[in-house]
Amino acid sequence: MKSEINISDPDGFYSSLIDLHEGLSTDESLIVNAKLILMMANEIGDRSILDEMLAFLRNPSEDQSR
Amino acid sequence: MSAKYGELGQARGAGRSLQAVYPFVEPPDLQTGETRHCPVVIAGGGPIGLATAIDLDRHGIPSIVLEKHDSVSDGSRAICWSKRTLEILDRLGTGQRMLNKGVTWNVGKVYHGDRPDPIYTFDLLADKAQKFPAFINLQQYYAEEYLIESLAGHPAVDLRWHSEVVAVETSPERVTVTVTTPAGDYQLTCDYLIAADGHRSPVRHMLDLDFEGRVFEDNFLIADVKMKADFPAERRFWFDPVFNPGKTALLHKQADDVWRIDFQLGWDIDREAELDQKTVDARVRALIGGDIEFDYEWISLYTFQCRRMKNFVHGRIIFAGDSAHLVSPFGARGANGGLQDVDNLVWKLALVLEGKAPPDLLDSYDQERVYGADENILNSSRSTDFMTPKSDISTAFRDAALELAKDFAFARMFVNSGRLSVPCTLDQSVLNEPDTEDFSAKQRPGSPCLDAPIMLNGSESWFLNQLGDCFTGVLFSDATGSITDEMRALEDWDIPVRAVIVKPDNGSPSGGAIIDSQAYLHSHYDARPGTYYLIRPDQHVAARWRAFDRTKVERALSRATGHST
Ligand SMILES: Cc1cc2nc3c(=O)[nH]c(=O)nc-3n(C[C@H](O)[C@H](O)[C@H](O)COP(=O)(O)OP(=O)(O)OC[C@H]3O[C@@H](n4cnc5c(N)ncnc54)[C@H](O)[C@@H]3O)c2cc1C
Repeated sequence: MKSEINISDPDGFYSSLIDLHEGLSTDESLIVNAKLILMMANEIGDRSILDEMLAFLRNPSEDQSR
Repeated sequence: MSAKYGELGQARGAGRSLQAVYPFVEPPDLQTGETRHCPVVIAGGGPIGLATAIDLDRHGIPSIVLEKHDSVSDGSRAICWSKRTLEILDRLGTGQRMLNKGVTWNVGKVYHGDRPDPIYTFDLLADKAQKFPAFINLQQYYAEEYLIESLAGHPAVDLRWHSEVVAVETSPERVTVTVTTPAGDYQLTCDYLIAADGHRSPVRHMLDLDFEGRVFEDNFLIADVKMKADFPAERRFWFDPVFNPGKTALLHKQADDVWRIDFQLGWDIDREAELDQKTVDARVRALIGGDIEFDYEWISLYTFQCRRMKNFVHGRIIFAGDSAHLVSPFGARGANGGLQDVDNLVWKLALVLEGKAPPDLLDSYDQERVYGADENILNSSRSTDFMTPKSDISTAFRDAALELAKDFAFARMFVNSGRLSVPCTLDQSVLNEPDTEDFSAKQRPGSPCLDAPIMLNGSESWFLNQLGDCFTGVLFSDATGSITDEMRALEDWDIPVRAVIVKPDNGSPSGGAIIDSQAYLHSHYDARPGTYYLIRPDQHVAARWRAFDRTKVERALSRATGHST
């Protein structure tokens, strides 16, 4: 899992991400986010990277690698 | 007599009126007052108990089956029988009959919302050219009736109706079983008691043992409906259909124009109201349309559990089938899992009873089938979690996967309407001789043997029919090869290893050689001339080598029979 930025124009991407949810209710946003996660997870593909992310999010304090 | 699990549902309409009822026959034990000893007593005459008794007889072990009711299963239970189950039942003698009567299917379709086209279609028969299809659908009572009828050819099986096991007592040497019948109580003793007494398992309770695992808070209405409809025989599953908004539904064809309809209801329901005829009528009508005439065979309400006992072997009492493990039905892993228990257990029990293997061999039943049960529970739990999301976020992921599925192939792989029963590959079993040579993983030690069409003595036949009941040594040779004297000698061992030879299409069929006429075997088994497989009595691979070596076979056989690890 990368700790340095890997996206060009991070500010631009960040605001596109927020724009994606414009006008959506929280429930709708929940589904859009879920779709995005599934799409990105499939794009990453590598289970060890995905598992590393899940493990970090489940227990951030235990992770000292960063 | 009341229904077996009467509180779950009831027969309705003309449905099935001619369910066989079997008479109580007063056993000699009651008159003589003597306590008879039988090597094996089986508590429960459901599919698992019956199959166990038949398989034991194939190994020359007599048994007494005690069944508290006087008939076979009611409606609305198992309908989907897997390829592996049919292969096991073929060995036991009823597979072909099941196939002839059942509705064959390989394809499942998943629908979402009001879209008329499926979002996802799956074909469960990965390897074609098999004797049996991925699945047939057949009412459970037929499966049981066929087993019961086949007992005519198994006089050593003593099936006793109206005979309820009410107490068990164990000592290091034997089990004593107390039986209640309409004509009074009596006792039997046995070396081993097989508890095949279903999910409530009175025997489990008598031993103060428990189930571990999860109970799902959801209710399903199951209606078995008799109608002439031209819906396809495929398994059709809906998420959020217009006729059951926000919930799931399933439609699946059975024999005799009976259709299984399954509606998810949710957890907070009024059971009585849901079983009201008008309510059920309305649900069924909404699915099948307005003009088809139909009648009910059975209606019931179910909640589901995915649980198992911690261990299946408790000294001389061994649990198999629903008494040992329970799953939600969406993977059709209940009876299909239970029959793999039988397949796994009986040859081991026979060797132990004959004194040819140590009782420790039975620990491998525990290990292998707990592993199999966990696989079934894992798959069934995941399906149930997808269908019945436990939180808003898991609902969101479910809906996201369903919506993405119409545009992206990858998302279809997340859609889970039940991962249907596949035979368990017994990876990590202590009985396996690990590979030391270069082989493809497909038929690795622990895996169930894959079938293939063959030619035998000039006629078409199937590979799996050449395996089973005892150990088999399969030599793959070139066109001119033959079974060596050393291989032949294994047939006379204490635990015999039947010698079998497989030759390519241009090989000579003399001496009962198996001709791999369509080359499937060579490909499935990654075989080259000289390759030798040691196959267990339950048609699982024990070991394989690129060349036959007597010492290695001896070692693998002793490992596979619990003598050494
Ligand atoms: C809605 C539904 C759908 C299902 N669909 C499928 C499917 O498609 N495919 C599949 O493989 N499985 C399916 N199953 C599961 C399947 O029905 C069971 O796994 C199967 O019946 C288990 O067989 P068994 O012999 O272990 O237990 P049972 O069939 O329950 O038999 C146990 C027997 O023991 C008897 N008994 C109980 N107590 C005693 C006692 N004290 N003394 C003597 N006898 C006793 C009972 O009367 C009964 O006959 C489904 C189940 C349900 C509920």
